[in-house]
Amino acid sequence: MAEEAAARQRPWRVWVVPQIREGRIPRVSWEAVAAAQRLAAALAEIDGAVRAEAVLLGTGLDGATREMAQRDLAAVHVADDPALAAYTPGAWIGVLAPAIAAASPDFVVFPHTYQTVDFVPRLAQRAGAGLLPEVTGFALPEGGAGAAGAGGLLWTRPVLGGKLQARVRVRGAGTVLVSVQSGAFSADGVAPAAAGAAEVKPLPVDAAQARPDREVLGYEEVTTQQVDLTKADVIVAVGRGVGGADKIGPVEELARALGAEIGASRPVIDSGWLPRERQIGSSGQTVAPRLYIAAGISGAIQHLVGMKASSVIVAINKDPSAPIFTVADYGLVGDLHELVPALTAAVKAAKG
Amino acid sequence: MKIAVCIKQVPNAEARLRLSRDGKGLDEEDLPFIVNESDEYALEEGLRLAERTGGEVVAFSLGPERVREALRKALALGAARAVHLADPAFAGGDALATGRALAAALARETFDLVLTGSQSDDAGFGATGSVIAGHLGWPHVWLVMGVELEPAGAAPVSAKVTREMESGINEVSRVPLPAVLEIQAGINHPRYASLKGIMQAKKKEIAVPSPADLGLDPAQIGAAGSRLEVVSVEFPAAGKGAQMIEGDAKTAAAALVAKLRQEARVL
Ligand SMILES: Cc1cc2nc3c(=O)[nH]c(=O)nc-3n(C[C@H](O)[C@H](O)[C@H](O)COP(=O)(O)OP(=O)(O)OC[C@H]3O[C@@H](n4cnc5c(N)ncnc54)[C@H](O)[C@@H]3O)c2cc1C
Ligand SMILES: Nc1ncnc2c1ncn2[C@@H]1O[C@H](COP(=O)(O)O)[C@@H](O)[C@H]1O
Repeated sequence: MAEEAAARQRPWRVWVVPQIREGRIPRVSWEAVAAAQRLAAALAEIDGAVRAEAVLLGTGLDGATREMAQRDLAAVHVADDPALAAYTPGAWIGVLAPAIAAASPDFVVFPHTYQTVDFVPRLAQRAGAGLLPEVTGFALPEGGAGAAGAGGLLWTRPVLGGKLQARVRVRGAGTVLVSVQSGAFSADGVAPAAAGAAEVKPLPVDAAQARPDREVLGYEEVTTQQVDLTKADVIVAVGRGVGGADKIGPVEELARALGAEIGASRPVIDSGWLPRERQIGSSGQTVAPRLYIAAGISGAIQHLVGMKASSVIVAINKDPSAPIFTVADYGLVGDLHELVPALTAAVKAAKG
Repeated sequence: MKIAVCIKQVPNAEARLRLSRDGKGLDEEDLPFIVNESDEYALEEGLRLAERTGGEVVAFSLGPERVREALRKALALGAARAVHLADPAFAGGDALATGRALAAALARETFDLVLTGSQSDDAGFGATGSVIAGHLGWPHVWLVMGVELEPAGAAPVSAKVTREMESGINEVSRVPLPAVLEIQAGINHPRYASLKGIMQAKKKEIAVPSPADLGLDPAQIGAAGSRLEVVSVEFPAAGKGAQMIEGDAKTAAAALVAKLRQEARVL
């Protein structure tokens, strides 16, 4: 890796590509900006001054550009073009691939969202870049940065639905596309511009390259949602661990005893044990009740993002190393088929 | 329609997991493996589309010898043939290396549609299908919750595809064929294998091409062709923050209710 540092003719370049929703910059995108700034700071420790640069794509970006330029960034590159009115992988890759080829950034940071997962892997393939999806953090190698170069950075990412965490390293030279997991970096951690606004530069859009590869016909709601779980004060959520539609009865009884709504993890819905409108998580409802009881739910990130803001979380799981316990306030390890009825009885007894 | 479905065999996360001696993965001794969840839905979608258009499904998988069991399952469910990238040179790849190898195998035949799952339950890249599409030069859609062929019948030219977005919204788009569709769990209800299917599967062909057969340089595939290198895996700090309540069911339940009332004050 010493060769890599020696061969470096120019400072590191770190880009961040925030996702923009209806002209606004959502929280996950600020988290990505925070991650890019921290990455730039870490690389600056290895050699020289590095400041992240943002790249914005879409239409009607004036407001987002102004807001972004007030952060500690070397530049804000803006592709504001009618060809980017509707997101498609073809249009986005058609702008980003030539830009990456021209500037060869070392890292391009994205928020890990359904949209970026849709186009970033293909962008990596097209640009000949490395791909590092859904990281939760990074660290400089032990013993300091030294001449280890960017290859020395150790990244963390979940595997097996968060049951394990992997430390990974990126080998070789060339751009790496990194996406950061929602919630892994704090949006409050974004550093403001130190002196004046960041420089805004137009990013050229070649309409011949930025071509849609799908014809977007429209958008529709997944369910005609009749259950609004976001208003529930108490939720009892059931996961695949319940074992079947015929075994949900006792969980419903606990919910009744607590005056709670029933929620569920995605596999429970996918298996047809409960209707889609009961799903909690990244592709379901996002809830934050006073009390959330998760029974037989392992705690994959896609579930956690939908419930971790709950005031008090109780987890019931037979596996003491289930990741749900990392967000829970109270944990019960054991068979939910014994614990849930016992809890119902205890609640009833307490309510007298 | 000729449809390829890529299925990955993954560890059953319900099993007791132990780390391998080198700390870079799982100890595979006694570790049960299953077909990746979203791939089961992809296979079912492929079988339904093939039935509707009078076509066939070919199952592809990259992985060691044990992966034959996953392919046999696909054959028992109705796939006509299977292709197994079993050479050790294919192993240990990141999404780009695995996608490159699968694309090379897929390109040896003429498919109208390639289906993958949306995400593997172990590595969780959510990327391999899109990488395959890039190599084939076909459009792709990730997180597919609906596929409608247009026109319905034996020779569709496009598909109306429903893609899941965050917070309960779907995008509906038209994608020209051939295409790669990355199927999300829940799109259908996968069938069970019949006894007849299991018997028939034994006679179906599983081809095992080498990297050379696919025109691939071993340096471009597997661990050697990957920029990502797993240095170690570990269990997350379990129970961090959570107060674990001990005792038999009755005792623990009573203790929890007491805490929810007096400590957390939510009951
Ligand atoms: C793009 C995408 C979007 C997704 N969106 C969502 C979403 O919105 N919501 C969502 O929930 N998931 C979502 N998922 C799926 C998510 O990744 C996980 O697969 C899912 O949350 C797992 O559900 P689970 O915990 O019920 O099942 P599993 O992970 O199978 O866990 C079951 C748990 O039950 C425990 N258990 C088993 N038996 C018992 C018993 N008798 N008593 C006590 N405990 C027991 C086990 O120890 C295990 O921890 C999404 C995935 C993708 C790729
Ligand atoms: N080794 C493999 N063999 C066959 N298909 C695979 C393999 N790895 C990934 N895939 C396919 O690509 C999808 C996405 O996987 P991943 O990119 O690892 O999240 C999976 O659901 C499979 O359909």
